[in-house]
Amino acid sequence: MARFVIRRLLQSGAVLLGVTLVVFLLLQLVPGDPVRVALGTRFDPQTYEALRARAGLDRPLVVQYFSYLGRALTGDLGVSFRSGRPVTSIVLERLPATLSLAVTAVVFAMLVAFPLGILSAMRSGSLLDHAARVFSQFGVSVPDFWMGIMGILLFAGVLGWLPPSGYVALTEDPLRWASHVVLPAATVGLVTASILTRFIRSSMLEVLSEDYVRTAEAKGLRTRVVVLRHVLRNALIPVVTVVAVQLASLLGGVIVIEVLFAWPGIGRLTYDAVQARDYPVLQGAILLVAALFLLVNLLVDMLYARLDPRITAR
Amino acid sequence: MSGEGQLRRALSALRHDPLAVTGTAVLTLLVVVGVAGPWLAPAGVNEVNVDRMLEQPSWSHPFGTDELGRDVLSRVMVAARVSLQVGAVSVGIALLVGVGLGLFAGYYRGWLDNVLMRCMDVLFAFPVLLLAVAIVAVLGPGLLTAMIAIGVVYTPIFARVTRAGVLSVREQVFVRAAVSIGASDLRIMRRHVLPNIAAPLIVQTSLSLAFAILSEAALSFLGLGVQPPAPAWGRMLYDGRGFVTEAWWLGVFPGAAIFLTVLAFNLVGDALRDVLDPRQLTVSEARRSAG
Repeated sequence: MARFVIRRLLQSGAVLLGVTLVVFLLLQLVPGDPVRVALGTRFDPQTYEALRARAGLDRPLVVQYFSYLGRALTGDLGVSFRSGRPVTSIVLERLPATLSLAVTAVVFAMLVAFPLGILSAMRSGSLLDHAARVFSQFGVSVPDFWMGIMGILLFAGVLGWLPPSGYVALTEDPLRWASHVVLPAATVGLVTASILTRFIRSSMLEVLSEDYVRTAEAKGLRTRVVVLRHVLRNALIPVVTVVAVQLASLLGGVIVIEVLFAWPGIGRLTYDAVQARDYPVLQGAILLVAALFLLVNLLVDMLYARLDPRITAR
Repeated sequence: MSGEGQLRRALSALRHDPLAVTGTAVLTLLVVVGVAGPWLAPAGVNEVNVDRMLEQPSWSHPFGTDELGRDVLSRVMVAARVSLQVGAVSVGIALLVGVGLGLFAGYYRGWLDNVLMRCMDVLFAFPVLLLAVAIVAVLGPGLLTAMIAIGVVYTPIFARVTRAGVLSVREQVFVRAAVSIGASDLRIMRRHVLPNIAAPLIVQTSLSLAFAILSEAALSFLGLGVQPPAPAWGRMLYDGRGFVTEAWWLGVFPGAAIFLTVLAFNLVGDALRDVLDPRQLTVSEARRSAG
């Protein structure tokens, strides 16, 4: 197990190093001078020189990268070209909004997908099974932002039950937070639920055909006991990975939903940084998301190895 | 089985699967609309008419009009071309680069394999849309950059699928026989390896087309794809979102067009996978691994 953990840590470290290189190179690929482009009509020589020096753009490329890497390791991701504020604080301020949306969406998805996936596998070929398969095909094909627009149209426009957009912090007013998070979380959650349902169904079907399940049934155990004690415990091991990977993707992949619902998370920050050509903020947001993505994957692998010891032997 | 044989088998399977037939019919219709859209459209896509702003669907405007009085049906039809074009070109880029990298990595193994695959791991560490947004942000918004960005983000999946295929094929007797008679590496890859890994690649291409069209719609929705006044489904949804409570048709029709297109590609992709490569990932798994 220890060797497995060390190997995965080293692999993740190497990938993270590559990620920092890609993020660093993004700024170099901007046609022209990124600081001048970012300042646009607000250009003045003093600010320009100060920002260039602060971003280290007046030094050789290799020096710039290692300096960027060194600073990133100590949590310094530079300063915003627009506000002059440290990128790290700007990005971290947006993390709670994204986390609350992503976690709510995944919880919603699990509440839908687990019963649907399990029942559809147990009653394979039934009407419910067909409905579950239609639902999962629908979910992987529908653009989430279209679902969001339809949700706004129905629940905010026609029924008037929910606010169409906006955000209230969970710590500030939990009830108002809940009313604002329902639509975006359900939008993202339904797509995630369709992916999970499909995976849970196929994982359950695979385990249901195992010899030990047949033996348990032959022993005369009740269906409930067979499912709970033998099938679910084994079928849900790979599902852990899918749930975590979905959570990791949502942490950085809900840009469109955050823009649509005016949700001030990392996705919205990325979008605003692109619009304002605030490259250090864009770099910081992307780096944080990729690092979170890697971290979640690493944790999942370790959890997976703990749940299924055969993994470490591979 | 040769690549040609696999293709024949796939086509025959498509004919016998009702869902695949539906998907193929929708795609055929889309291609016709995509090619002939500007001639078939009942009105000009940029024909502004301030007297007919936000008109409900009617006989003269079956999908209604938008906030500038433009015919929504005509814009949805012409935008089909953009989506199909972006899908085809970006997946073409991903296929070309990904297959090339996967082929060399899997065939030569060693340090080249290590370096190339670790590069792919790095690209995999970014959520798909985030990386595409970052690339477009740097290169500037537009049709071409959207195609490049989507092509780049879907390259790793093709590299991985290809490499996995090459690793098993290169150990086969016919490859060793080709090596022993002195065939060059490039000839072996082209004549013996590629045709034998065509099945998973065909499946991946079909599924990636669906995701590429979704990604293009998302980029256009963010204003980073096709620039106005050219119509794109995602952009139409973005522009119409402010009016959607008073003009539902602005939200419904462009979104339905994206949904039907993606669904059609997924149905065909799933049917192809069932016959050509049943062990490969399902749509949901492919989407998960891609994003």
